Amino acid sequence: MTATGIGAPVRRKEDQRFITGKGRYTDDLVRPGQAHAYFLRSPHAHAEIVRIDPAAALAMPGVLAVLTGDDLAADGVGGLICGWMIHSKDGSPMKAGPHPALAQGKVRYVGDHVAVVIAETLAQARDAAEKVAVEYRELPAVVDTGSARKSATAVHDVAPDNTVFEWHLGDKAATDAAFAKAKHVTRLDITNNRLVPNAIETRAAIGEFDESADSYTLYTTSQNPHVARLVLSAFIGIAPENKLRVIAPDVGGGFGSKIFIYAEETVCVWASKKVGRPVKWNSDRTEAFLSDAHGRDHVTHAELALDENARILGLRVKTTANLGAYLSTFSSSVPTYLYAPLLSGQYDIPAIYAEVDGVYTNTTPVDAYRGAGRPEATFVVERLVEVAAREIGMDPANFRRKNYIKRFPHQTPVIMAYDVGDYAASLDKALEIADYKGFSKRKRESAKKGKLRGIGFSSYIEACGIAPSQAVGSLGAGVGLWESAEVRVNPTGSVEVLTGSHSHGQGHETTFAQLVCDRLGVGIDQVNIVHGDTDKVQFGMGTYGSRSGAVGMSAITKAIDKVIEKGKKVAAYAMEASDKDIEFKDGRFSVAGTDKSMAFGEVALQAYVAHKFSGQDLEPGLKEGAFYDPTNFTFPAGVHICEVEIDPDTGVTKIERFTAVDDFGVVINPMIVEGQVHGGIAQGVGQALLENAVYDESGQLVTASYMDYTMPRAGDLPSFSVGMTTTPCPSNPLGIKGCGEAGAIAAPPAVINAITDAIGHEGIAMPATPQAVWRAIHRTRPAMAAE
Amino acid sequence: MYAFDYHRPTSLRQAAAMLQKTEDAMIVAGGHTLLPTMKQRLAQPSALIDLGGLSELRGIEKKGRAVVIGAMATHADVAASDVVREAIPALAELAVTIGDPAVRHRGTIGGSVANNDPAADYPAACLGLGATIITNRRKIVAEEFFQGMFDTALDEGEIITKVSFPIPAKAAYAKFRNPASRYALVGVFVMKRGSEIRVAVIGAGSSGVYRWSEAEAALAKRFSPKSLDGMSASADDMNSDIHADSEYRAHLVGVMARRAVQAAVAR
Repeated sequence: MTATGIGAPVRRKEDQRFITGKGRYTDDLVRPGQAHAYFLRSPHAHAEIVRIDPAAALAMPGVLAVLTGDDLAADGVGGLICGWMIHSKDGSPMKAGPHPALAQGKVRYVGDHVAVVIAETLAQARDAAEKVAVEYRELPAVVDTGSARKSATAVHDVAPDNTVFEWHLGDKAATDAAFAKAKHVTRLDITNNRLVPNAIETRAAIGEFDESADSYTLYTTSQNPHVARLVLSAFIGIAPENKLRVIAPDVGGGFGSKIFIYAEETVCVWASKKVGRPVKWNSDRTEAFLSDAHGRDHVTHAELALDENARILGLRVKTTANLGAYLSTFSSSVPTYLYAPLLSGQYDIPAIYAEVDGVYTNTTPVDAYRGAGRPEATFVVERLVEVAAREIGMDPANFRRKNYIKRFPHQTPVIMAYDVGDYAASLDKALEIADYKGFSKRKRESAKKGKLRGIGFSSYIEACGIAPSQAVGSLGAGVGLWESAEVRVNPTGSVEVLTGSHSHGQGHETTFAQLVCDRLGVGIDQVNIVHGDTDKVQFGMGTYGSRSGAVGMSAITKAIDKVIEKGKKVAAYAMEASDKDIEFKDGRFSVAGTDKSMAFGEVALQAYVAHKFSGQDLEPGLKEGAFYDPTNFTFPAGVHICEVEIDPDTGVTKIERFTAVDDFGVVINPMIVEGQVHGGIAQGVGQALLENAVYDESGQLVTASYMDYTMPRAGDLPSFSVGMTTTPCPSNPLGIKGCGEAGAIAAPPAVINAITDAIGHEGIAMPATPQAVWRAIHRTRPAMAAE
Repeated sequence: MYAFDYHRPTSLRQAAAMLQKTEDAMIVAGGHTLLPTMKQRLAQPSALIDLGGLSELRGIEKKGRAVVIGAMATHADVAASDVVREAIPALAELAVTIGDPAVRHRGTIGGSVANNDPAADYPAACLGLGATIITNRRKIVAEEFFQGMFDTALDEGEIITKVSFPIPAKAAYAKFRNPASRYALVGVFVMKRGSEIRVAVIGAGSSGVYRWSEAEAALAKRFSPKSLDGMSASADDMNSDIHADSEYRAHLVGVMARRAVQAAVAR
């Protein structure tokens, strides 16, 4: 390992500009003559729009336009799409209701886009928006996930019972048979609480139309600008791809919420031509709460069947997933193919059957949020196994160990073929770091202080490196999920890497450069990573699903290999040797068995001056591209252990210890990986203890600001104990599995298992707020007194 | 935010005159409640009269048996004041728990008291210590000043200039924070001065800050946390929201009162 190569904890190259406020985010960009958009949003969860009268608004100072859904329709602009087709059990396609960028006839959630006001300044646009007269006819709202299908009100005409799909996966008959012969069945009702993503940078967009070139540019907060261009072109029909450039500059966090193609950027691009001015929109935090796609929101009944030897025989899951008022870009895939295929967890489960009903409600659309389906699956599995172990009186760690998959590859009953892993190794290491042996002593010490102490496990697995294109295509995806890269070597030997991945906090400028340093032997300052601009990078699928290492860097590796091959040919001419005799090591091309060698930069120069070879024998230049399509998902896995101490007087849960042992395969930068683990755990703890999107019965979002939506803070978290084990991923050239989502996936069940261990029963849901924990403890008091 | 005029008077007299003659004008001190409200377009003053230029409203001093704090003293000023820390450490400790560093360096005691937010901390200290609120026109004792949520005895055009806190023998403040906003879900300020006992509760009651007389009576017999064992406030007239229903709040009042007494006794 070199100081800047693979495995080195290199400090992040990008942090200098971020920490000193020199990042360039979409809202930092000021386009000549830009006007400002303000979206008039629905105050009602569900209503018919009887009439919109913009006359008074148009008369306000500085107003350039007031545009509505009628204007979109008149221009033939298509609706927003959902890019993953799910079929119900009966073979029928999912019921996708219309999703216009500006409402047409009906609003379906509080925050839905009614009209856009474009003015010289944002303040003028806001003032004018108050003058747009909208007459609504209010309708009853469908809000609750569990009862949406029974509602007399339909969110969309196409789905009269609010059911988007009734999907299933697995073998029902085999699973029923497993339960029929079970010695013990553990049953749980689980709510996976709705979350609001809360990236630190809110969404923003600038649409700009260049009349002379007859083309558009969209600056936007996107995790995948090429996908945004594809959808805006091919489906929404704003402009052909060759007439639309999408730039995602510095982006301040996404967590999934910036994957999707939203109404606002669509309208900004379209409106820029209508008003003949660049149109900028920047979300405020309240708008972010109302209109960024939310995450999770499942109601589940789950059952686990055991034999007399504490072996798992089968798993049966019935989930209702709230998809909100419209199908967001990838919403249909999250509670289906990103969820049920993970229900085997780390366990050898012979039979699994999962049913998932997707439902419409009059709430903000729900889509992928850090982990996307896999946290929901992990919560089901890890709560079930913990409770099962408790019910049969077995140590939860031993119960897990007994049921772990031990031989690889392993085909689960739910699609996934796990390639490699050593789950017991992670468990052993986690038990040691967490001092599991000392827990009972610590519990006694807590009891002396009048506190309740508990410990909880989470043995998680996730499917990352998303994903083999053929596989996802067969499951309904509208896109392939490969990645592209281009490695451009300059004549002086410096290197530019163009990648289809997109960094919005992950540190690609550092980790991708480390790969180049490692492979080409150039200095890290000699490497630039270029991303986020469809005019620079030809195509790419973007960053989500912990895919940039496993897929994005594999594409770069392929391109680097091609550069080395070409370099060998150039070096062979330059050193008058056969290219078969050229070796490349530590940044030097050398002729085997001789002392002749050339530095990488010297060969690059020879490639460009082309003095030593004929153009007929070898093309000048040193630039190679590659597309990498993975052959399998990757399967990061690990064990997280949470230890809590609860104050029974107040219900406050304090996380005393949090241990995370993860197997991410080969790690490029352990410091960055550890940071990803920390951030993921913080979000997972947030879901378990703090965060909750609450709607009232009329469909108003009660938690639409930080006054009521509880974000995790540093003080809510202990200093994490992080360890790693390594089984390199066999399916990609670097052995990488991915690390971005692990913490958010693993942490929630670890925390809840610890709390339920402390309070002595399973009757608590997420988030386990002080009030909820106090109530849960309070309920048990009479029972305990009676014992 | 709607458009508004901005004035920065240089004397209290000038500020009062501006407030009198400008319709729908509002005073801004630290602005940590008013400005967010204006940004959300929930307040629309025609003009803001900024008290930031009035040095006569600053300063913290000990006067006889009281600590007198200028209305424009920030929470950070109070927290760091040697006078406060020596005479009424509970008050300095309370100031440290308000908001975050940015809030503490802008927000003022006068602004907080005038706003009488039912989840703010200072009203509990004022009522708990038996403070007197001094305005450009008169002196108002805390019992009469706080008149329910966001409501005070201040008249139109009246400006708080100082708050005078009599020095207690023992005092402490215990706060249970709203998990999201970090405001007081329940805050209890307890004080003993000779035979006088006060227990002031903020955050919990639906009419804002109030004195918990049952607890005061119990503590009058013996100023010890044990005197409050098993006591919780009545759930009637308690606030209720997604973070804490009235029953939980009533319970927390008892817990926080015991913890405050514990801290006061240990001092």
